[in-house]
Amino acid sequence: MSQVTRQKPDTVYFFGTCLIDLMFPQAGVSAVQLLQRAGIKVIYPPAQTCCGQPAWNSGYRDEARKVARAQIALFTKPIPIIIPSGSCAGMMKTHYPELFSGEADEAQALDVASRVYELTEFLVDVLNISLTDLGAPIEIAVHTSCSARREMGVADKIEQLLGQLQNVKVLEQAYKPECCGFGGTFAVKQPEISAAMVADKTMHLRNTGATQVISQDCGCLMNIGGAFDYQAKHENKKPLNTQHIAEFLWERTHG
Amino acid sequence: MAKPSEFRIQVDQALGKTEVRAHFRKAMDTLMTNRRNQFPDNAELQRLRDQAQVIRANALSKLPELLEQLESNLTRNGIHVHWAETTDEANDIVLKIMQKHNATWMIKGKSMVSEEMGLNHFLESKGIEALESDLGEFIIQLDGETPSHIIMPAIHKSKEQIAQLFNEKFPDIPYTEDVDTLTRTARDILREKFYNAPVGLSGVNFAVAETGTLCLVENEGNGRMSTTIPPVHIAVTGIEKVVEKLSDIPPLLSILPRSATGQPITTYFNMISSPRKKGEKDGPEEVHLVLLDNGRSRIYSDPELLATLRCIRCGACINHCPVYVRIGGHSYGTVYPGPIGTILEPQKSGLKVHGELVQASSLCGACGEVCPVRIPIPSIINRLRYEGVRQDGGSALDAGSKRKPLEAITWKAWSWAASHPSVYNLGSTVATQVRNLVPHNLGAWTSVRTAPAVADKTLHQQLKALGVDHE
Repeated sequence: MSQVTRQKPDTVYFFGTCLIDLMFPQAGVSAVQLLQRAGIKVIYPPAQTCCGQPAWNSGYRDEARKVARAQIALFTKPIPIIIPSGSCAGMMKTHYPELFSGEADEAQALDVASRVYELTEFLVDVLNISLTDLGAPIEIAVHTSCSARREMGVADKIEQLLGQLQNVKVLEQAYKPECCGFGGTFAVKQPEISAAMVADKTMHLRNTGATQVISQDCGCLMNIGGAFDYQAKHENKKPLNTQHIAEFLWERTHG
Repeated sequence: MAKPSEFRIQVDQALGKTEVRAHFRKAMDTLMTNRRNQFPDNAELQRLRDQAQVIRANALSKLPELLEQLESNLTRNGIHVHWAETTDEANDIVLKIMQKHNATWMIKGKSMVSEEMGLNHFLESKGIEALESDLGEFIIQLDGETPSHIIMPAIHKSKEQIAQLFNEKFPDIPYTEDVDTLTRTARDILREKFYNAPVGLSGVNFAVAETGTLCLVENEGNGRMSTTIPPVHIAVTGIEKVVEKLSDIPPLLSILPRSATGQPITTYFNMISSPRKKGEKDGPEEVHLVLLDNGRSRIYSDPELLATLRCIRCGACINHCPVYVRIGGHSYGTVYPGPIGTILEPQKSGLKVHGELVQASSLCGACGEVCPVRIPIPSIINRLRYEGVRQDGGSALDAGSKRKPLEAITWKAWSWAASHPSVYNLGSTVATQVRNLVPHNLGAWTSVRTAPAVADKTLHQQLKALGVDHE
């Protein structure tokens, strides 16, 4: 198995995630640009699709494994795999070993898992990136996904990155560590509970007075942002922007 | 559209009760803060969790032997041991003891296993009254309810509701919303009962195999009264509550109340080793322990699901659950609510009955993060989702019963597309081209959110255009 050091690599893989591919491509482009600007060569295997998490979390393990197996085959070089999502990174890092336990290709799955980094984790811990804020003063709030916080344990990384931006003030919402209520298929299977959770989350975020909400996970952003939009359209509330951390960092730091 | 399940209906009703929800939120906030304050040093907390996990896992790893040792030591100490595979058997054992002593009623300390047995109802059907003496249990019994939380059974009630309830049930006592006075009222009523009860019943927090000791953690002294004043004491517990050694108790006792209510220690800690001995002035003349299986052996037989049985019933997972805090304990329709109920109940009663509960989790991980014995609750939820739809037997009760043909075919199709890049890319490209045709009404999602928008160019397309390397 390859040994990943925390030394700055020349080349990394980028796993863009299906949600970013289809709904939030700008987050993926910005993440690649941030990596490239730091002098890293980025490889984006075009045959990549999805990490398999939706099926895994729904109990359809064979179906998840089939999709995961197709990804594992694409990331064979002994270089880090950067993922702009705590949730998908958590799937590959934590759950691939479970999903492939006892399978013929278990070793390959473990190897991939050992090379996975969530984007903000990589920017801070490996690249030790230094950012210069070129943007106008702004007050934002940060929502850290549960997977980034608890599964990957990287909640502090996004804060460290934002802390480098001089003109960005991070406001603290109440119940910050609480789930936004997305939870993948949870939002569909238990829509009433999910709705109650996102109602509270958006209320607490609004109450900070922030004009923008930043997260490292597009699943949460789709949930929170969708609720903000709905509230602006149907409840006469102030519109509020949501943005992925990569896009926010890139926009504020490229000249 | 399918008819909403009983669970969804209950959830919907609970979510509509904004006052109760606000009260619940406040109560859970207090519990979370109290717990946090008990563990100022995270490294120390993690060390304690490791220790507690090892103790419980060790006990489970030799459960059959420890249970035999426990039985033999209890018997040597003069405590009668009874085994019950089902709740019916457990109820019958209790009934026979009551009949043997011609007892027409009993006083109860708090016991979730007795709730599991439906003991109160069972005894009532036999003309025997079971009076709850834990204040929370006393309150909900007055109102004909079941516990909404495993350690704070009446947490769903406000003091105003309790005041009204007392006023209704005890009209001779002047109306008051003063908590101390209400407590005093219950205490006065119960004190008299303790003196006269022919039988006292309690649960057990830990049963020590090495010494044959039953440990009981409590705050109100009602546990001590129920187990020492009546001439007969019946303890009921699950077979998983055994620990190996007496020295296992201090670490567990250290982490349990701190995780539960955020207390450094409970007011009372009882260690019951035998009935009253010759020359002793108090204590029951007869002590019984009923060890209940009720599905635990089945859980025990699976190496992953086994972790469920490590639980020491502190309720920390419940207190920290974003789902529980919004829907409350009764919505679950189970004895054990919250995350622990979500994994325990479907295993105990089968996925057919309570399988939906494993869907009522966003897998946020807050429960697993606070569990003092490190039960990987989210992983077990995931596993039970798998058990629900797997087709190859499985080990959970009613495995495979939650599989729906349409859903299964959808995942198969998804799996095929996402493992064939050409199909996936064709699909995503088509999606970008028809992006304006995405319906604005996506059922439940769009009842509180706008529909998500497909980008005009996928990341695949954009990175290709930017010349990002392919390999």
